[in-house]
Amino acid sequence: MELVAKQGLYDPQNEHDACGVGFVANIKGRKSHDLIRQGLKILVNLDHRGAVGADPLVGDGAGCLIQMPDRLLHDWADKAGKRLPRPGRYAVAMCFLPRDERARAYAEKLVSDVVTREGQAVLGWRDVPTDQTGLGQRVIETMPVIRQAIITASSAIKDQDAFERKILAIRKQILNNVRTLEDKRHLPGLGDLYMPSFSTRTVVYKGLLLAPQVESFYEDLRNPLTESALALVHQRFSTNTFPSWKLAHPYRFLAHNGEINTVRGNVNWMYARRRSMESALLGADLDKMWPLIPHGQSDTACIDNALEILIAGGYSLAHAMMMLIPEAWAGNPLMDGDRKAFYEYYAALMEPWDGPAAIAFTDGRQIGATLDRNGLRPARYVVTDDDHVIMASEAGVLPVPEERIVHKWRLQPGKMLLIDLEEGRIIADDEVKAKLASAHPYADWLKETQFRLEELPDAGDRGGLPRPNDVETLLHHQQAFGYTQEDIQFFLEPMAKEGDDPVGSMGTDTPIAVLSDKPKLLYNYFKQNFAQVTNPPIDPIREELVMSLVSIIGPRPNLLGHHAGNHYRLEVSQPILTNADLDKIKSIDSLEVGAFKAATIDTTWPATDGAEGMQRAVERICREATDAVLADHNILILSDRGVGPHRIPVPALLATGAVHHHLIRQGLRDQVGLVVESGEPREVHHFCVLAGYGAEAINPYLAFDTLEQIRVQNGLPLKAYEVQKNYIKAIGKGILKVISKMGISTYQSYCGAQIFDAVGLSSELVEQCFTRTATTIEGVGFLQIAQETVQRHKNAYDSNPIFQDMLDVGGDYAFRLRGEAHAWTPDTVGKLQHAVRGNSFATFREYTKVINDQSVRHLTIRGLMQLHPAEAPVPIEEVEPASSIVKRFATGAMSFGSISREAHTTLAIAMNRIGGKSNTGEGGEESDRYKTLPNGDSMRSAIKQVASGRFGVTAEYLVNADDLQIKMAQGAKPGEGGQLPGRKVDKNIARVRYSTPGVGLISPPPHHDIYSIEDLAQLIHDLKNANPKARVSVKLVSEVGVGTVAAGVSKARADHVTISGFEGGTGASPLTSLTHAGSPWEIGLAETQQTLVLNGLRGRIAVQVDGGLRTGRDVVIGALLGADEFGFSTAPLIAAGCIMMRKCHLNTCPVGIATQDPVLRAKFTGTPEHVINFFFYIAEEVRELMAQLGFRSFAEMVGRVDRLDAQPAVEHWKAKGVDLSKILYQVAPKPEVAIHNRERQDHHLDRALDNIFIALAKPALERGEPVRIEHEIRNVNRTVGTMLSGEVAKRYGHTGLPDDTIAINLRGTAGGSFGTFLAHGITLNLTGDANDYVGKGLSGGRVVVRQPPEANRDPLENIIIGNTVLYGAIAGEAYFNGVAGERFAVRNSGAVAVVEGCGDHGCEYMTGGVVVVLGATGRNFAAGMSGGIAYVYDEQARFKSLCNLAGVDLEPIAPPELGIADPSNRPRQRAVSVEDSGMGDPLRYDAERLRILIERHLLYTGSERARELLDDWENALARFVKVVPRDFRRALLDLRAEQETAKTVAAD
Amino acid sequence: MANPTGFLEIERQDRGYDKPDLRRRHWKEFVKPMPAEQVSRQAARCMDCGIPFCHQGCPVNNMIPDWNNLVYRDQWRQALTVLHSTNNFPEFTGRICPAPCEAACTLNIDDNPVTIKTIECSIVDRGWAEGWIAPLPPARATGKRVAVVGSGPAGLACAQQLARAGHDVTVFEKNNRIGGLLRYGIPDFKMEKHLIDRRISQMEAEGVTFRTNVEIGAGAITVDSLLDDHDAVVLAGGAEWPRDLPVPGRELDGVHFAMDYLVQQNKRGAGDPEAHAAPNGSITAAGKHVVVIGGGDTGSDCIGTAFRQGAASVVQLEILPKPPERENKELTWPDWPLKLRTSHAHEEGAERDWSVVTRRFAANNGRVEALEGARVEWVKGDDGRVQMRDVPGGDFRLKADLVLLAMGFLGPQRPGMLEQSGLELDGRGNVAANAADYRTSMEKVFAAGDMRRGQSLVVWAIREGRQCARAVDSFLMGSSLLPS
Repeated sequence: MELVAKQGLYDPQNEHDACGVGFVANIKGRKSHDLIRQGLKILVNLDHRGAVGADPLVGDGAGCLIQMPDRLLHDWADKAGKRLPRPGRYAVAMCFLPRDERARAYAEKLVSDVVTREGQAVLGWRDVPTDQTGLGQRVIETMPVIRQAIITASSAIKDQDAFERKILAIRKQILNNVRTLEDKRHLPGLGDLYMPSFSTRTVVYKGLLLAPQVESFYEDLRNPLTESALALVHQRFSTNTFPSWKLAHPYRFLAHNGEINTVRGNVNWMYARRRSMESALLGADLDKMWPLIPHGQSDTACIDNALEILIAGGYSLAHAMMMLIPEAWAGNPLMDGDRKAFYEYYAALMEPWDGPAAIAFTDGRQIGATLDRNGLRPARYVVTDDDHVIMASEAGVLPVPEERIVHKWRLQPGKMLLIDLEEGRIIADDEVKAKLASAHPYADWLKETQFRLEELPDAGDRGGLPRPNDVETLLHHQQAFGYTQEDIQFFLEPMAKEGDDPVGSMGTDTPIAVLSDKPKLLYNYFKQNFAQVTNPPIDPIREELVMSLVSIIGPRPNLLGHHAGNHYRLEVSQPILTNADLDKIKSIDSLEVGAFKAATIDTTWPATDGAEGMQRAVERICREATDAVLADHNILILSDRGVGPHRIPVPALLATGAVHHHLIRQGLRDQVGLVVESGEPREVHHFCVLAGYGAEAINPYLAFDTLEQIRVQNGLPLKAYEVQKNYIKAIGKGILKVISKMGISTYQSYCGAQIFDAVGLSSELVEQCFTRTATTIEGVGFLQIAQETVQRHKNAYDSNPIFQDMLDVGGDYAFRLRGEAHAWTPDTVGKLQHAVRGNSFATFREYTKVINDQSVRHLTIRGLMQLHPAEAPVPIEEVEPASSIVKRFATGAMSFGSISREAHTTLAIAMNRIGGKSNTGEGGEESDRYKTLPNGDSMRSAIKQVASGRFGVTAEYLVNADDLQIKMAQGAKPGEGGQLPGRKVDKNIARVRYSTPGVGLISPPPHHDIYSIEDLAQLIHDLKNANPKARVSVKLVSEVGVGTVAAGVSKARADHVTISGFEGGTGASPLTSLTHAGSPWEIGLAETQQTLVLNGLRGRIAVQVDGGLRTGRDVVIGALLGADEFGFSTAPLIAAGCIMMRKCHLNTCPVGIATQDPVLRAKFTGTPEHVINFFFYIAEEVRELMAQLGFRSFAEMVGRVDRLDAQPAVEHWKAKGVDLSKILYQVAPKPEVAIHNRERQDHHLDRALDNIFIALAKPALERGEPVRIEHEIRNVNRTVGTMLSGEVAKRYGHTGLPDDTIAINLRGTAGGSFGTFLAHGITLNLTGDANDYVGKGLSGGRVVVRQPPEANRDPLENIIIGNTVLYGAIAGEAYFNGVAGERFAVRNSGAVAVVEGCGDHGCEYMTGGVVVVLGATGRNFAAGMSGGIAYVYDEQARFKSLCNLAGVDLEPIAPPELGIADPSNRPRQRAVSVEDSGMGDPLRYDAERLRILIERHLLYTGSERARELLDDWENALARFVKVVPRDFRRALLDLRAEQETAKTVAAD
Repeated sequence: MANPTGFLEIERQDRGYDKPDLRRRHWKEFVKPMPAEQVSRQAARCMDCGIPFCHQGCPVNNMIPDWNNLVYRDQWRQALTVLHSTNNFPEFTGRICPAPCEAACTLNIDDNPVTIKTIECSIVDRGWAEGWIAPLPPARATGKRVAVVGSGPAGLACAQQLARAGHDVTVFEKNNRIGGLLRYGIPDFKMEKHLIDRRISQMEAEGVTFRTNVEIGAGAITVDSLLDDHDAVVLAGGAEWPRDLPVPGRELDGVHFAMDYLVQQNKRGAGDPEAHAAPNGSITAAGKHVVVIGGGDTGSDCIGTAFRQGAASVVQLEILPKPPERENKELTWPDWPLKLRTSHAHEEGAERDWSVVTRRFAANNGRVEALEGARVEWVKGDDGRVQMRDVPGGDFRLKADLVLLAMGFLGPQRPGMLEQSGLELDGRGNVAANAADYRTSMEKVFAAGDMRRGQSLVVWAIREGRQCARAVDSFLMGSSLLPS
């Protein structure tokens, strides 16, 4: 069961998983064997949520947790002649023992020894009977020996809970040391000793098994003696496929679908408690348990460990879960005070374990499930009339006759489902929480112990606004901290004015910090991580309700203490401290309670010590920190105020990280808060890195001084405090954006979470100050960091004439003399353009020579590599021709909208001529481009992108593609969404995006149908169904761990994966992301190749690299590192005339590319020939290099990393520390394992129901004759209707067939993505219920889901469809006779829908269409809604508090209009066409429209609610509220005015 | 950035100037300064390009977008600081530079570049007017002595930088006044010479010693003695060896090198008595039919000078074909394009002719009377090279009382210093030194400006002077803080 070891860039730590989870329980606690069988059936029906790797017999693991099978064990004891005590007095340790016999003997002895030492007894060992039939060879090879140790309690143990605590101490002592013992005793495999469970109440049966194998493998589960009242099951989908038995779920208490994003920080913080944690219940045993959470485990294992210690420490199961995964309480006005106080109180004890999660948990007495605060995982449950609860990631996993179901519901964000088997009832979320919240006077405790910084008195006249120093001192300070003119121009001034993190364009083309000649700030060596695929980023603006910047400045109370006591806490509403705030903290000792004592530590060092002095200074600072904590100081302020001619400031990040980790190592960190007072931080990224390494609050005093200087000097029309306020606001927004990119929602859990990769730092430095941060290419250490710092100090205080009265120019964001080096310079741009326009390969060579020659200036990691020529080069004539190589090239995703039609079509024509591929980008494509032009050219983009906004993604769009690319992230701003401002949305763009001209469009940060890897697999499946011929591609951005994600993508059956470097980027994005998020592609590509090859997954997926490719050499290096294909964006744009203005975000592109302004567009002079020349020149260079390397065909070259060496002679002061060996690592080649793409994925489309439908619908498809189809449906029938829709769209385009031509009646529970991309003319009429993503991308079809007549439930309280329904729907109708989950009609463009209730975030980002909700909605309705209208039946008159009013107005329903309005604007009884839903002028005719829709709803679903409303229409109307986006109304009025004018003109 | 949409809203406008009729009557600068508000408005047209091509187009890499922005914001003094950080003498370049920056300006893709040169000139003129420009004497003296030979723009820039780094600098000039070609090559109507004097005073206050009428290698001071007395020597003597036209009649009275003609006039303008100004006899265009041979800037200077002296007519001949009126932007921008350039002098009434060669000068009493020439055409030969070919029947005769040869320069003068020192020359006859360390074949001896690079622009000379200063400073001190 050995994991594949860390090698090259592959690190098993990066593995992610997600999955299907479910349980079944008998509420009354009646145990039966049958219940276990039901649990296992759930598992089998969740099978499609798991994955298999290269070997179809190797799954990712599955398992089942049951209650203690007492009868089974009695049977064993009887047969073995042993006496089993009564339940509760014995425990079963389920053990995975080493295969090696010596090691196993030792392990068993170790167990006995520790048990005995702890005063308990081993009753005996029971062999767990297993059956290997059907297991794959690799599974069998890695299978552990599985035995159960039966442990009995000594008489000293007073009750079952005490025994549970004791066995926890025993288990920790056994397992925490096995790794060390393995080495010490030379016992191979001992370190793998593992206990899936060790409990008096539960046993876990799990393994590296496929879902159906759990039952066949474990005979116990088939043994009728095995009985349980609950069965918790889990099917894992891991990104990697390394055989691992122990990574299967369930863990000891829980099974998890999702991801804990903050796990690094959570584990660190847990470790940091070592000296502050004590427990009356555990007493001395607590000390034996450390580490409570060992490093190097999966996130689920970590949270399982946290849960068990909380339970052992005396918290109830529900209480502990509420501490670990609190709901979003901070900004919730609807939450009652007690519960808020409860959460607030515990916020100081436990930082949230943050991330998308559906967690099912049990201690054997209670079983429950909870969702993360944002509800990012699906979980549905039913309660039956025979006291069963069935909960699972999907509906329909355990078919139960409808008439037996008394309640169907879903888990809601932050909500808990809890079943107490002893009490025999379901305890409602409100009840559990109310009970816990009122158990102690939390509000009083808070009043006594909590101090809010804002509420503390000012520290006197020392505070207030910054008084800028004299100009010279200020300049010196700015220089000493490395301020540049760009800091002022691009960051501070805009932030002071706008209160926003500033935006830039065109990516970055400067060297990474370690290659730069300039002294770079330490922050620049850190690249932000971001969520892709395995968990979703959050939208911090539209979903602000889950975000929080609250920070608690230590000390932290005892986690296991159950009283407030005198643990005082200091809270700030956000982490940026003004000078006045900091003064309060400095003088906090004087507060009467004597709760706090602050110590300030000087973080500067004497200039006379030179660079060598810095490391000593760091050691001194750490020493002083320890001393201060031991002297009872509980707030440490790390201050570089001492900066001056004779004192050099240690980089604030270095000081912070060093102290943070030093105190963690000493177990002291929890006793103290860490505040940074520094002149250094100024950009959002700086604050984020400081927070990531432990800063709880930061005072950027020099930023404030500088802001004041700017205010005065540039005459800003703002007051001093306004400038500060704007700046703090901008930083706060920026921080939220950065943390949300990782899917983290609170500052508190981000703090210390280390969500960064180090690029260019030595392991030694990282280990000491940034412990366990990934650093892949090594690089600078203390000395070089010190040299950089000293250099800045010299700039300030030496007599350098350039810095006499000026800051350094910077040159990072624009090319400058004396500034940072750039790849794109006047020279390179000019040469490239002259070459392609003048047909001069010679000039092109000059261009590539300048870029490739990095002997003097280093730009890129690949610049440090050299090609290893063949001993026998091949003649160039024998090398594959350029015309064949160019087919591997593609242009990058640039939307029509971000660039002009001229530029977009030029790229498309060029790529089509040479057989390469161009990319639509997000935003659809005008359908005229699908037709070939008279001259044979085609403007059709071969790659159709599917991004989070789904703009223009119709069935027609999808069938007109060769590749379908799912954009998970983009290099310039991974983890972020986008926004096309209203002024850029002209009529053409609005037409292709199916939106309204003049209304801004938001692409959400996440794809709302991809919150995890199995969701991605679903979307891949959806797209493949829509267009089975197209390759499905997934675009990822390079970061540490991307290889693992790519492996998951390959397992999710993508045909193609793109790895983008951070450099790339052609559109606008926040400068913070542009520069600091993601890493160079060399790292990500190499990791991808290594991981795919290790997994044996490489052959079935094509790998593309992009992000800053500029020359033939770049392509060759990419190929050698493992890329089959290559994407270029900036370079071909430059060939077509782009001059890197970096003004794309301003619509002022002077060469007509990144603009929609007709005047500027006319200036576009690029031609397809220019672009073609570029690609052929690149290919020619590639050929020349291939000849030298001895490759005749391109395919031979892919993955041949052995032909790359690191440059031997790097003499650069910083770059010389770089070590490329991990990038150039070659996974030991095996002949059967492909190192390049040579196979195809099997998408299992043959299993689709649609095959049957297509056959039956032949008359309709071929002749348009109406067809009726009847069929059953189950949850495993996914994506129903989509393949059929593809067939319709291929023949009939977006217009489709006449309404209702193909009518399909279905019964049962539909699997995911029911009716996705359903084309016009198809009706899906489902009696039953459906899962997530119903009607996604609806393209004109009609979807009806209604409750079966035999079900006797109120549809208004009955969930009928899952989450994210009608996501990106373009047109069509949907009627749902029940309640929908979260995010109903998210980003709806034009569909018309009626539903009887919905969850949170309804109509989010909606841009068009009409939605009617006949029942209750959740919170945050209409967030980011910019178009379309919604009607909500607001019976309780509480909708206003549930609606996000940031962009919409609520209105009463306008009464029917009498008289003769223009009839063409009135709503119609029938849709007019696929383009026009017949809903008329959205600003008028509400009553008519509503009536039509409710009548239709009644017609299609037979809804009772619809009938009631129609029966009492006048009163009903009065209770409806209309939701209208303000921008939408304004745009419609503008259009109307325009039409009026046109009419008048015409009349004249 | 100044104003994101400024370039769409504001028309390009440049400085006004006196009409030809008026300006032909005086020797003063005729280009009129632009009012500050208007300059500021023009600066708003700058787009602050992500790649400022102007910045590279400019040989001293002036940080043009930065000062444009400051001027737009009315922060002239900061603008001056930024301007001076790359250019020692913006008042010179602001007047006489052909402005390759404007050619490289992104707006020049549409022939509407930002009026960079005017803005530059306004900034520095304002700086002088406001008294913002003061001497910047070094904080510490290094005790190192440096000799700079030649006081043209390269020598001056080099000397000023070195003095500011604390070195003891002496500038040696063979003429009677400091300035080299700046002073004696450029007519007053293009740049008045008090501007030079003002800089000289500043440099003297910064510690530079100027020694005029000292020709190294020709008099008391030899190269060796210079080396004995100094820790480093910078040769910045220019490229004064004019290209000759060896045709019959070259020796005639009335056929002169352009530089002989221009220097005389400049000395006259400076108030030197005629005997000093023209020790070998006066050359004047008054009442004469003047032919200028050579189509470059020097030729233009001759034209303007001749008109002001009262020439009856001026014709300018060029051997190369007439360049296109408008360049092919696709293939030239942002580089300096070959195109038809009409100077102010041309507008004053000169005729121009291209693709002509001079066969001989016809004489009347030993004085030139006419030029006999022929039309040629330029065609690509079999080897791909463009070659000159006579056009049948293209012979012509042109009245000429005064012929001025303005056909460029071949490199530094060899006699004297260069021959005496035995310095290595490069293939083109310039002093061999690279543009990284500026070191010549002799220890301690550096070369910069036209002497090293060959005939070029003032702005290139300033660049070389600055970079050479940095190289010398590094050589003397081990490292240098001087900016390049």
